[in-house]
Amino acid sequence: MKDMIKMIVVLTVLSSLSGGLLAALRDGTKDRIEMQELNLVKGPVIHQLLKGATNDPLKDRFKVKDGDVERNIFVGVFDGKPDVIAFEVTGKGFASDVGLMTAINVDTDKFIGAGVTTHSETPGLGARAKSDPNFTAQFKGLPASAPLKVTKDGGQINALSGATITSRGVCAAATEAATIYQRIKPQLIAKLKDYSK
Amino acid sequence: MAKSLAQEFTKGLWKEIPPFRLVLGLCPTLGVTTTVENGLGMGMATAFVLVASNILISMLRKIIPSKVRIACYIIVIATFVTVVELLMKAFAYPLYLSLGVFIPLIVVNCILLGRAEAFAAKNGVVASIADGLGIGLGFTLSLAALGAVRNILGTGELTIWKGVVIHHIFGLSYHPFAFMVQAPGAFICLGLMLCIMNIVGKK
Repeated sequence: MKDMIKMIVVLTVLSSLSGGLLAALRDGTKDRIEMQELNLVKGPVIHQLLKGATNDPLKDRFKVKDGDVERNIFVGVFDGKPDVIAFEVTGKGFASDVGLMTAINVDTDKFIGAGVTTHSETPGLGARAKSDPNFTAQFKGLPASAPLKVTKDGGQINALSGATITSRGVCAAATEAATIYQRIKPQLIAKLKDYSK
Repeated sequence: MAKSLAQEFTKGLWKEIPPFRLVLGLCPTLGVTTTVENGLGMGMATAFVLVASNILISMLRKIIPSKVRIACYIIVIATFVTVVELLMKAFAYPLYLSLGVFIPLIVVNCILLGRAEAFAAKNGVVASIADGLGIGLGFTLSLAALGAVRNILGTGELTIWKGVVIHHIFGLSYHPFAFMVQAPGAFICLGLMLCIMNIVGKK
């Protein structure tokens, strides 16, 4: 009996100490990790999508509540008007989730571009979704209101050869982006007013 | 304690060098050693966890009840692995991206549990530190060596550390042996290195 109690006490104390330490460390590093992700993973894609913006989209960002999730919205100011927003969505790729940064023009409700941020697709096949700019360039100018599909499924996006699953995942992500955009548009427009100069 | 501290330390560098002698911890060995940089990063992360968990486990060895010792070791190891993961994400994000899922997988690296069970649970703190440092350093060196061989043969260049790259080791006409940077190449390379180690070790 004494053994039993000792076992329970030792394991409980050890687990709670471990939990406490990790929670403290997580809190301590959270902001830095978010900055690192912003600068090294999302940053390059955002800058490429919002080329020509007169502001720094990484600095001009705000959070929007979409149901239970908070979404990071990046603002692009073109010709003095903050009419482009960018945010990230995920789709199911071949190996795991594919992160897609989408940029949408709020005035015209059209995609102005999309770029893959994170993925673990097969090098040379699905990975070209990120490395081949011609693939994601197809999203440019498409309306952010209708579902997007690959041509095989009757859509308008030419799939990467040999990587239909990845291409479908990216299209599904873009479709989700369009749905989210329609859902949060009123909030976006209200927030964007703060950025006009 | 029959062995001196120096012996505890140096045994990890040759006599019991992982993964070549202990043949433990093969998952990261095969998975990440495509460049020297990845090998070093993985090795150092493992060495840190190893030393830290060795210290804590040898300190707690009289308190931990033997029936639940494995569970306690895993809690200690998993905690330090998560610490490494968070710190790497915060301060060395590019390295974290290239090591990816192999960082959380350090938890199931047999070297850690093996050293906790076979050494730290029976020896004092100082000896455990020496053991952890030795084994950790040996593991780092092995991964770096394996990474170097695969990197040179597989791509014709050598990535030592951030941006320090030696290009065209075999001249411009070298056609990269791409197979070496994939998983089967890792097995073959590890097998050949084990074989060389055994031939050298026998003499």
